[in-house]
Amino acid sequence: MNFYLNAFGTFFKIGLFTIGGGYAMVPLIEEEVVNKKKWLSQEDFIDLLAISQSVPGVFAVNFSIFIGYKLKRFPGALALALGAILPSFLIILSIALFFHQFKEYEAVENIFKGIRPAVVALIAAPTFSMAKSAKISKFNIWIPIVSALLIWLMGVSPVYIIALAGLGGFIYGKINQKS
Amino acid sequence: MLYLELFLTFFQIGLFGFGGGYAMLSMIQGEVVTGHQWISSSEFTDIVAISQMTPGPIGINSATYVGYTAAINAGYSHVWGILGSTIATFAVVLPSFILMIAISKFFLKYQKHPMVEAVFKGLRPAVVGLLAAAALLLMTRENFGTPSTDMYQFVVSILIFLIAFIGTRKFKISPILMIVLCGAAGWLLY
Repeated sequence: MNFYLNAFGTFFKIGLFTIGGGYAMVPLIEEEVVNKKKWLSQEDFIDLLAISQSVPGVFAVNFSIFIGYKLKRFPGALALALGAILPSFLIILSIALFFHQFKEYEAVENIFKGIRPAVVALIAAPTFSMAKSAKISKFNIWIPIVSALLIWLMGVSPVYIIALAGLGGFIYGKINQKS
Repeated sequence: MLYLELFLTFFQIGLFGFGGGYAMLSMIQGEVVTGHQWISSSEFTDIVAISQMTPGPIGINSATYVGYTAAINAGYSHVWGILGSTIATFAVVLPSFILMIAISKFFLKYQKHPMVEAVFKGLRPAVVGLLAAAALLLMTRENFGTPSTDMYQFVVSILIFLIAFIGTRKFKISPILMIVLCGAAGWLLY
């Protein structure tokens, strides 16, 4: 039981600070789950990112379901997903119920003016630590660069990038197997 | 029956919502504003603004808000509104649950298979690119301001970005503490 409470609490905390969309959860999960609790290796973490991104639905929820399932099967997935969803559910519900004017408070707007650029930095920062665990070398550094540019400048959906990269890895593996 | 329709609509959004929060948002708009007309266009804009200012994934935030507002707009009381938001939120994550558990099962079983390993060897560098793209896509005027409209906000935003980046990478400050500190900075500086 202790594990579930602990996991639920951890993801509740992560959910509470995921400001600015699903990707904002990445640095928080990395810190809590990989660095602090060591429930997941950095390599598994990257694989998990690839999987969560290629499955439809809310990215951050996919993420928590997978970690929960890996740790404790179905009950684990339930505990972590609930933890990740509940803060946002409760906050939005109370805004809908009581604070219709929430977005017009000046202090709230100012706090978020400070948080938004920080969130962008928090998402950018793990890119570099991840590059290390993804074994980026001078031979494959073009893959992240081309992927990032295609998504950023051409508006290509990440789903296609994932599919292409997976296919590329598969073909490369097949060729290596033969030789 | 509003609740059944809410369930089916958000289940569908969860099932076909590829590509993260903002891609999902346009689907939600199509279904909820244009299609079912549960909420008005300006209420939808409110949801986007509130989602950006509150924690949590945008997909969850909008399901919760739409479920509640749709019930209220249909003339139900608050209690039924809460039920509506619960149903919509549950429906939007249900496809994730079914799909992710099936995939996790498969992945954990075949993780060490040479072919699965080969696929992930291709995927890992691409994921690094995906994360970089997510950061680049967020470098917008909404998040940073522009030098022409508000020089002060632009400079403060760049400084906060640099401090947050160096603080977490070099000095290993926890992301949560960083968010709290930068929120306080915004409150004090603006």
